[in-house]
Amino acid sequence: MSHQSVRTRTAVQAVRDSSLRLEKRGVDVAGELFRAVLLLCIVLGVLMLATLLAYVTWRGWPRLDLNLFTQMPSSIDLTTAGFLPAIVGTIWIMLGVLVTVVPLGVSAALYLEEYADTERWWNRAIEVFIQNLAAVPSIVFGILGLAFIVRAPLALGPVAFAGSLTLTMLVLPTVIIASREAIRAVPSTLRQASMALGASKWQTVWRQVIPGAVPGILTGTILSMSRAIGETAPLLLVGATTFVQFLPEGPLEGRYTAIPVQIFQWVVRPQEEFRVLAAAGCLVLVVLLLLMNSVAIWLRARFSRES
Amino acid sequence: MPDLTERHSPVPETHHTTRDDAMAALPRDPVFVTDKLNVYYGDFHAVTDVDLSFGKNEITALIGPSGCGKSTVLRCLNRMNDLIPTARVAGTVSYHGLDIYGERVDPIEVRRRIGMVFQKPNPFPKSIYDNVAYGPRVTGMKVENMDDLVESALTGAALWDEVKDKLKQNANGLSGGQQQRLCIARAIATMPDVVLMDEPCSALDPIATLKIEELMAELRNNYTIIIVTHNMQQAARVSDRTAFFSVQQKSETGDRTGALVEYDLTTKIFESPADRRTEDYISGRFG
Ligand SMILES: Nc1ncnc2c1ncn2[C@@H]1O[C@H](COP(=O)(O)OP(=O)(O)O)[C@@H](O)[C@H]1O
Ligand SMILES: [Mg+2]
Repeated sequence: MSHQSVRTRTAVQAVRDSSLRLEKRGVDVAGELFRAVLLLCIVLGVLMLATLLAYVTWRGWPRLDLNLFTQMPSSIDLTTAGFLPAIVGTIWIMLGVLVTVVPLGVSAALYLEEYADTERWWNRAIEVFIQNLAAVPSIVFGILGLAFIVRAPLALGPVAFAGSLTLTMLVLPTVIIASREAIRAVPSTLRQASMALGASKWQTVWRQVIPGAVPGILTGTILSMSRAIGETAPLLLVGATTFVQFLPEGPLEGRYTAIPVQIFQWVVRPQEEFRVLAAAGCLVLVVLLLLMNSVAIWLRARFSRES
Repeated sequence: MPDLTERHSPVPETHHTTRDDAMAALPRDPVFVTDKLNVYYGDFHAVTDVDLSFGKNEITALIGPSGCGKSTVLRCLNRMNDLIPTARVAGTVSYHGLDIYGERVDPIEVRRRIGMVFQKPNPFPKSIYDNVAYGPRVTGMKVENMDDLVESALTGAALWDEVKDKLKQNANGLSGGQQQRLCIARAIATMPDVVLMDEPCSALDPIATLKIEELMAELRNNYTIIIVTHNMQQAARVSDRTAFFSVQQKSETGDRTGALVEYDLTTKIFESPADRRTEDYISGRFG
């Protein structure tokens, strides 16, 4: 500094005196506050979930054993009673939902995104309809399922697949909305490139749009399956029996029950042992859910890597 | 007027002079002829009365300020405007004497014969090989040996040496310039006779741009090329003919409608343009 000339020093001084400031001006209160609120929200959410899980684990702990998965329910021998028919019933139901909701939902989404002319009033009506359908209470779908699926015209009777179809109606709007988002996210430049090479609309949809949308469609499917697996009310209406001591013969034959229905049936009984069993049942449901989701996430990761 | 043509030309110095002597003002052997071509987007009149003819094995550049309808005209030539629901085309576009907007024409057949390269490189998220093989596969081309076809298309696009060891790798891993050359390879794999290019270099760096320009000079031997560019030096460097478009406010509707101002040999357009507006644009006084 000392060897600077007077002129240099004056100039430097002048710059310092002017308004150029690079130091921090105190704390950014609004910014920090916002961050704190966001963090709080996450912590609250995770905390609630963790508390629930910890509580059912603690309550169900005495009955967390293999019998839970391998034994029939019983109201006599409570120490070995299990969830086997409910687990099998839930698996049947969920498979039924999967094979119906994915083709229906993806097709509907493809129609709305790729083919429908949004100028036409009926296409706009369908859109509004689907959005509102997503907000209809599940019990209403139960009534619908009872009236049209269990009884005439489908007249399937109280079988697992009737439960599947009822839940399919329930989660179809979610799958459609998520699939539409995924389809819309496929870059239009890829569609153009494909069409410019002489591909037909159908080839473009099949080779570009659907593969590009698979990860998003899978995400929507995970969400809706997770919702469906825990539904109780509509299943009670369409005949998921609360107490069965045998396995359903198949999706289209025989009486069945599902895990949430079984839990419901046990939790309303007064004895402590039933409550413990119900808590353990919640964990069975959670485990099944996690298994299902990990398969979907693995699939999604595979597809995203390819593209 | 600076002579941009000669100074930057990547092709041999004699290229323009020898050809120009033999070239008439209008192409003798046109691949495309448009007649009173008008395009509307809904009620908006985007381009009016374009009469152009594009010569076989020539490079024709479409230049003009942005929004004057260059891309719109280009998309008319392979019926890509069909994909825009509001677009409506009036007038005729004849391709080897056939009206491609004729009643019984299948736009898919048109697009197989007329390839297109877009502004932003848009390879499919697939392997390099599958990108090139896509066109032949979807159009059901009878291909005896797909490997040979892929190799010749990549060689034609001056990309083979760079990718021959990684044909199975995802095309997204290539650089921008390589991706654009892959898009050119993909376009020529269906054996078109015309390649349309819509500002193919605007997303590329100067070196990648130079490579594409060299490639265009090469492709010209086998293909008819029509290129939209907003880069006048590029038009001057690579093209044989240049069409200059401009926008004019239509008094009745207030639409800013694009129109063809002048069409001539590139040397003529850049050295002694006939129209005042062309001269203003070329010399940078406008646009
Ligand atoms: N898909 C479209 N829908 C409505 N108007 C469009 C569409 N594409 C282009 N236009 C309009 O048409 C005119 C010409 O556009 P374009 O052909 O893209 O010009 P250029 O390529 O010369 O920049 C512009 O006014 C533009 O806004
Ligand atoms: Mg353009």
